[in-house]
Amino acid sequence: MIEQAPVLIVVIPLIFAFITPLIGWRRKELCYPWIILALTLSTFCSVIALLTVIDTGVIHYHLGGWLPPWGIEYVVDYLSAFVLVIVSFISLTVAVYSKKSVEQELPDKIPYFYTIFLLQITGFLGIVVTGDMFNLFVFLEIASLAGYALIAVGEEGAPMASFKYVIMGTIGASFYLLGVGYLYMATGSLNMADLASLLPDLYGSKVVLVAFTFLIVGVAIKMALFPLHGWLPDAYEKAPSSVSALLAPLMTKVAAYVMIRIMFTVFRPYFSIEVFPVTTILSWIAAAAILYGALMALAQTDLKRMFVYVLISEVGYLVLGVGLANKNGLTGTILHILNDAFMVVALFMIVGAIVYRCGTREISQFRNLHRKMPFTMAAFVIVGLSVVGIPPTCGFFSKWYLILGAVDASQWVLAGVLVLSSLLNAILFFRVIEYAYIEPRNGHDSGGESLVVAREEAPLSMLIPIISVTAGVVLFGLLSGRIISTVIQFAIPACF
Amino acid sequence: MIDFIVSKYNYWIYIVLMMIGFYAMIGKRNLIKKIIGMNIFQTAVILFYVSIGCKRGGTLPILEYAHGHAGEAIQASAYINPLPHVLMLTAIVVMVSTLGVAIAIVIMIYLKYNTLEEDEILKAVK
Repeated sequence: MIEQAPVLIVVIPLIFAFITPLIGWRRKELCYPWIILALTLSTFCSVIALLTVIDTGVIHYHLGGWLPPWGIEYVVDYLSAFVLVIVSFISLTVAVYSKKSVEQELPDKIPYFYTIFLLQITGFLGIVVTGDMFNLFVFLEIASLAGYALIAVGEEGAPMASFKYVIMGTIGASFYLLGVGYLYMATGSLNMADLASLLPDLYGSKVVLVAFTFLIVGVAIKMALFPLHGWLPDAYEKAPSSVSALLAPLMTKVAAYVMIRIMFTVFRPYFSIEVFPVTTILSWIAAAAILYGALMALAQTDLKRMFVYVLISEVGYLVLGVGLANKNGLTGTILHILNDAFMVVALFMIVGAIVYRCGTREISQFRNLHRKMPFTMAAFVIVGLSVVGIPPTCGFFSKWYLILGAVDASQWVLAGVLVLSSLLNAILFFRVIEYAYIEPRNGHDSGGESLVVAREEAPLSMLIPIISVTAGVVLFGLLSGRIISTVIQFAIPACF
Repeated sequence: MIDFIVSKYNYWIYIVLMMIGFYAMIGKRNLIKKIIGMNIFQTAVILFYVSIGCKRGGTLPILEYAHGHAGEAIQASAYINPLPHVLMLTAIVVMVSTLGVAIAIVIMIYLKYNTLEEDEILKAVK
């Protein structure tokens, strides 16, 4: 059982996904416990995989017993085990959370929704666990196709947003596929470890340079890195709330993982840093993404759309750490994969809960929301502080490492951008907090009437995931030293 | 120069096809035309992969029938590489499902807005 864990992580949600419509055909209400079961099992396997990696080192799993350069290999090392646990845990919380909002938003599509929901998670988990370039493409497309479908069932305008995403996503995937093709042309291999050992002799070759460019651009489209982010705002804003809560934190983090894999595992770090100095370019693009996301977020009056732009800026942080390409920067990025996944999922779950209760996302309508939904708003404040980067919440620590990385690389401008974006985020979140908490003091308007706001907290199935993720945000901040010393320092490529 | 183009004509065709598809995806206003462009784009990638595996004068990679006697040493250079072609089977499946999802979404759009022109839809959304 334990030695099968790497494959079970992927296979369990896949098989459960295909049984979901059959169950939904008989008893609609059984779908929800069924996917909770699937994701619990999958999370359990990921945790086992992480513990095994910490105990005994990297796990190699050969599908069908075929040896690596020929067969598909699943590799679970520190980095992928870490991301696996994050992905499976977050999908579990979003699944728990999804019950009420799906019942409200898509009452007659529940079985199909959950089928695609599980396929989506299969795609994410597969991307992380695989050690084969082409297999990664297949999982990337499973995740993207499921994402297109899930986004399209959202509110007014969602099909059009989803269509835009289909076009952009297909360009990204085709670029990735072309990159894999060029690598195969040069080396005759698709296995990541094999490629890593074959490629160094070919670093001068133009074919390899073209392959690398295609791979990075393809992944950057999937990740919505700043100039290529065009599809993201509409798609994630118009998707159903539980879908945004699933896609927004995970798609970007998984794509960031793929970027780290390609730049530092498939290609040696000195290739990405010296031979073809993509890291320098990436770090400046990332800085632009951070500022662009934060500034655009300031301009929004819709809470969900504001979070979408916050997400674009968070993608900038992830890429910035990769671009700095030193020990502190990468620690920051990998820690930020964890922290940001939790922060973003919390933000989107909170906005979903607000929409569920109040039916609006306009920030100006949030008067007295702290009386109506005290726990949700308390969670919002904590997560908001974390996005701003105030200790002891986890957002502080990843930003701290990123700033240290920028200082190590003597990139003072980038360090300045990080600090500036914290200030912008502070303005962003305090604006919302002001609307929700501080009551207007109009003279003619009697102060007494605003106090009689009925308390109407989000249902428990929404509140528990929100609170547990918020607790995670604080807890990971307090434990960040432990997390770095047990997992992240081994997840960084050895030469840093 | 002409020689360079002619000797690798399949790669040139792949680039031309890809650019045609790319133009249709970005430049065309009609959603169905965009989907057709997307399909051409993906087909170009498939042509590229098939070209990698191809070899002039190579034979099928089936050992039993290709070179007759079992005792002979296998000459890898006489066979075409089957792997890129097999990969493309998977890519075709991906392509078909992308096409399916895209068309399903376009049907949803059409039912809602009664048009397939992008600018008219964007006007209706606003």
